[in-house]
Amino acid sequence: MSLVFAGVCSHAPGITGRAHLADPALRDPFHAAFRAMGDELRATKPDALVLVGAEHFGNFFMNNMPAYAIGMGAEYSGPIEDSAWIGIAKTRIPGNPDLSQRLITEVLQTVDVSFAEEWLLDHGLIVPLNFLTPNYDLNIIPVNINCQGPPLTPLHRAWAFGEALRRAADSVPERIAIIATGGISHWPATPDSGKINVEWDREFMARWARNDREALLAYSDADIYRDAGQGGFEIRTFISLAAAARGAGAIRHFQPIPIFSVTCTLGVMEVI
Amino acid sequence: MSLYAMQKFLYHLNRDAGVQTRFKTDQEALLGEYPFTDEERSAIASGDVGLIYVLGANGQLLMHFAAYLGMPWPDYIASMREGVAKHGPVRAGVYAMTTAMNEKVAGV
Ligand SMILES: [Fe+2]
Repeated sequence: MSLVFAGVCSHAPGITGRAHLADPALRDPFHAAFRAMGDELRATKPDALVLVGAEHFGNFFMNNMPAYAIGMGAEYSGPIEDSAWIGIAKTRIPGNPDLSQRLITEVLQTVDVSFAEEWLLDHGLIVPLNFLTPNYDLNIIPVNINCQGPPLTPLHRAWAFGEALRRAADSVPERIAIIATGGISHWPATPDSGKINVEWDREFMARWARNDREALLAYSDADIYRDAGQGGFEIRTFISLAAAARGAGAIRHFQPIPIFSVTCTLGVMEVI
Repeated sequence: MSLYAMQKFLYHLNRDAGVQTRFKTDQEALLGEYPFTDEERSAIASGDVGLIYVLGANGQLLMHFAAYLGMPWPDYIASMREGVAKHGPVRAGVYAMTTAMNEKVAGV
């Protein structure tokens, strides 16, 4: 059937875990817009949500690090983080291994993706789900791009991976929603946490919104590290989404909230 | 130094409730299973988040160890700064500090 919805969002653990420390005037409109994006997503009646994230050692470690991985489990659970710390109760979320298998088989035509029948969600996926599908009743297919343990996959491969995900979605009868989640500039889990390069974020999101492949792929990791921090490596997920959706993006929310460590961002992209 | 072992220990602790329990009830044997240097072992045993940060542990692994130790967010941020003040710049990895020593970036 192909893609019925495509979007991007932030996933920082502070969004839920440090909500009490945030200025309500910034926090509440962002949380409301996040929930509204969930309503919009669910209104497209998807059979499954493909969640492209950049996990933080929920599953994969430097002993055997896949550049790309897709979940193939019957169910997933999370968060791995302490529930009180992240502000999200432990939960189980249904998967669809048969659909996963068909998607993975098609992706493998062009990208040597890993697959995993076990998958624990960390904040990178559970924070978005907490807003998008708060009842956790939509089947998910978790997807990971390694943005944590260098060497990292090149940006042009993230684009190719997005193209492969699109081809895979087109090859199945199910209605697929796809969400990619990452930070833009940020320096998380360092003393710099809360530092945000808003101009860099604005420029990146402008490139994303016009789906400008060349401009999106023009960054080097050295540039990203200097200007957008190690958290900026997560732009790979947004790049994959742009390749999958192919259309123009609309930015629904763009608000730096330092206590959440990122420019809190929501966007939807036309699927063409 | 055996940064890899330190990070692997944190990875296990973060994901596995059994390891979390053993850290409290069977710590010496648990830590004996990893090829730490003495400095690394004592940093972990004493919960010295600042030193573990300076040794180069990936912040996404260390952040959860700090939460597991019950450190409030501002204390966790402060302990990393104190680690840099005491031991010098971060020695490995991509989680270096780029702000000034006395900066309160997000007000904490
Ligand atoms: Fe992240």
